Amino acid sequence: MTSQAMSGFWSLWISVITLGVIAFCWWLLYANRKTDKVPAANGEVETTGHAADGIEEYDNPLPRWWFIMFVITIVFGLVYLALYPGLGNYKGLLGWTSTGQWQDEMARAEERYAPIFQQYAQIDIRTLASDPAAMQVADRLYQNNCAVCHGSSARGAYGFPNLTDGNWLYGGDPEVIRDSIIFGRNGLMPAWVDMLGERGVDTMTHYVLGLSGLEHDAAKAEEAAPMYQAICSACHGVDGQGSAAMGLDSIGAPNLTANSWMYVQPGQSVYDSVAFTLRHGRNGLMPAQARYLDYGVELPNNLRSLSAQEKAELLPKVHLVTAYIYSLNQGK
Amino acid sequence: MSTAIEHPTYNYKVVRQFAIMTVVWGIVGMLVGVWIAAQLAWPALNFDLPWTSFGRLRPLHTNAVIFAFGGSALFATSYYVVQRTCQARLISDGLAAFTFWGWQLIIVLAAITLPLGLTQGKEYAELIWPIDILIAVVWVSYAIVFLGTIYVRKTSHIYVANWFFAAFILTVAILHIVNSMAIPVTWTHSYSIYSGATDAMVQWWYGHNAVGFFLTAGFLGMMYYFVPKQAERPVYSYRLSIVHFWALICVYMWAGPHHLHYTALPDWAQSLGMIMSLILLAPSWGGMINGMMTLSGAWHKLRTDPVLRFLVVSLSFYGMSTFEGPMMSIKTVNALSHYTDWTIGHVHAGALGWVAMISIGAVYHLIPKVFDKKEMYSVDLINVHFWLSTVGTVLYIASMWVNGIMQGLMWRAVNADGTLMYTFIESVEASHPGFVVRWLGGVLWLVGMLLMAYNVYMTVSSKASEKAAAQTA
Repeated sequence: MTSQAMSGFWSLWISVITLGVIAFCWWLLYANRKTDKVPAANGEVETTGHAADGIEEYDNPLPRWWFIMFVITIVFGLVYLALYPGLGNYKGLLGWTSTGQWQDEMARAEERYAPIFQQYAQIDIRTLASDPAAMQVADRLYQNNCAVCHGSSARGAYGFPNLTDGNWLYGGDPEVIRDSIIFGRNGLMPAWVDMLGERGVDTMTHYVLGLSGLEHDAAKAEEAAPMYQAICSACHGVDGQGSAAMGLDSIGAPNLTANSWMYVQPGQSVYDSVAFTLRHGRNGLMPAQARYLDYGVELPNNLRSLSAQEKAELLPKVHLVTAYIYSLNQGK
Repeated sequence: MSTAIEHPTYNYKVVRQFAIMTVVWGIVGMLVGVWIAAQLAWPALNFDLPWTSFGRLRPLHTNAVIFAFGGSALFATSYYVVQRTCQARLISDGLAAFTFWGWQLIIVLAAITLPLGLTQGKEYAELIWPIDILIAVVWVSYAIVFLGTIYVRKTSHIYVANWFFAAFILTVAILHIVNSMAIPVTWTHSYSIYSGATDAMVQWWYGHNAVGFFLTAGFLGMMYYFVPKQAERPVYSYRLSIVHFWALICVYMWAGPHHLHYTALPDWAQSLGMIMSLILLAPSWGGMINGMMTLSGAWHKLRTDPVLRFLVVSLSFYGMSTFEGPMMSIKTVNALSHYTDWTIGHVHAGALGWVAMISIGAVYHLIPKVFDKKEMYSVDLINVHFWLSTVGTVLYIASMWVNGIMQGLMWRAVNADGTLMYTFIESVEASHPGFVVRWLGGVLWLVGMLLMAYNVYMTVSSKASEKAAAQTA
């Protein structure tokens, strides 16, 4: 990659005014370095003769050490401009670019660290999940890439799922977790108020609270039951256990029977949260992480159809984080 | 004063107004600063309200201390100095009054709009476009009053303090107008006419020259009058004044790109920003040397005169922060320091140590003069204020050095497998003690400003005038 070159005029313009300013400083220094005034016997030089509101001015010469310091910085600047890009399109004797430096550093890191991660890629996720050394590495990857939304203990937050409770939106199989990380997820709950009406939103909320065994108005829940089966069951299942329980790994409709709620704000009642969801819908987005975790890897078009082993070798850091998330849910 | 009779009557009214507002806005700006410093240590102080959140109060703090406190100090001292050194009254009392009331209106509008979240989103140029236009009008009026007064001067020579004030006024006009160019879409919203890396470059050309001209050249103007005046010594070297003035104003213009190291800014621009920042070291130190050496033969006065202490210590902090700045502009140093608290510490070494301390010294010098009093009400209180400010500044910058270097090192630390050793939040947790010490430094500063307000009030409201004192003597 090279940066776009500017036109010859602008390149010349930059060079001329840069060197012009430096030359001006040089001239300024040398033109003023000597004074023809001779210090008196007591070491004091004469004043300039003018006074402003009683303030006089001596005409002392420039301090020598200061003069030398000024010259050194100018010389340093000129040498730097010879070695590095600065004067318009001139590339500098060293041929240095910030892009080049970055690519070199990334290549060195790849050379040094890639073998470590390729070793982990050869171990399957279930085995890797019980390897403490591997999980320590994975924990650092998780903390720096995932914790900002899911929390440092992975218990989630408002709008971000808990990754430790064994309650899955898309399924807890290692390959499903891997795909969630590689491709991201977009969970969409449509707004149902137009279909249900205000009373329908209220009665359906009671039905949903009932599914999780929470306190609710049984009569209202019963009123909503046929509508639940007609609309909601398509994604959440006839018994409300969610799409993952039906073996569907792409819908992400949550289990409504687990009393686990992603969208309850601090201080908010479950009723208010569920009613809000029914009325306005929800749109949850988990961004695709492959390009961030395994930075710089070129992703093939047939990524989805690669085997587990191929995905692990192509994206070894995703592989480690997958094992880490999997490990958090064992025994749940 | 023996020559008082020959002097024309100066316009001291506008000087008095700006001098008093310097103290008032100093307290307001630093109070907000102490608050947001406390928010960083104890986030509950954001109160979960949009108007009191850090993101809105931080620009209120920077605008209040730079433009309200620093700006009022610059108006007061430049109007005072230009009249006395040119032996001429300001050319228009009406226009001078307009600059006072206009500037105060701008500050009040800033204090209303910023907490409401109305902003242009450019650092140190946050104010929305209608206020920007008002600033331009007031600033051009300021230029007319100041330069017009120089034009009608009764002295043959233009004193060095006025070179710096003039450079500051002219350049700030250009910086403000160019950087604020925008297309309005509503009364409160506009879009910059620049985009992408160009927008960033224009913004930091403005931003760094706000430091270079507003916070440096203007205050050097202040220094060149009040240091020799308070020390009663001639300025050390006229030729040093010439060399460092011209070098400073032509090199500062180039330093902006060092705010954008390792970004999308082209490499050539980053290189120029770095070398010009390094060449800037000597011109910056020229002002410090000229101020410090002016005291040679008068060092004993520091023992008894806390106003002179303010002025001299401000020069020390100026020298320190103008050494630190070029060092931080070196790309490899910047790779560590950028985005850390080190930058905040560097800014406050300049803002508290240099800008605020020289302003306070200057205001203590001129308050008795423009209010016709013999001296300040209490020299002891000035001394207490001096020590509070000095210790406060040291606490502030030392805690930010520790925090900044620690953050830079934590962010780049990697494990043997190449993963990052620390998360960002771990570096925030580790910064907590530094945040508390910084807040404490700010509290000391605020207490000092309150003492100053009391001292100024007692001085101004005392009945004894200088002339009355002279008669009874």
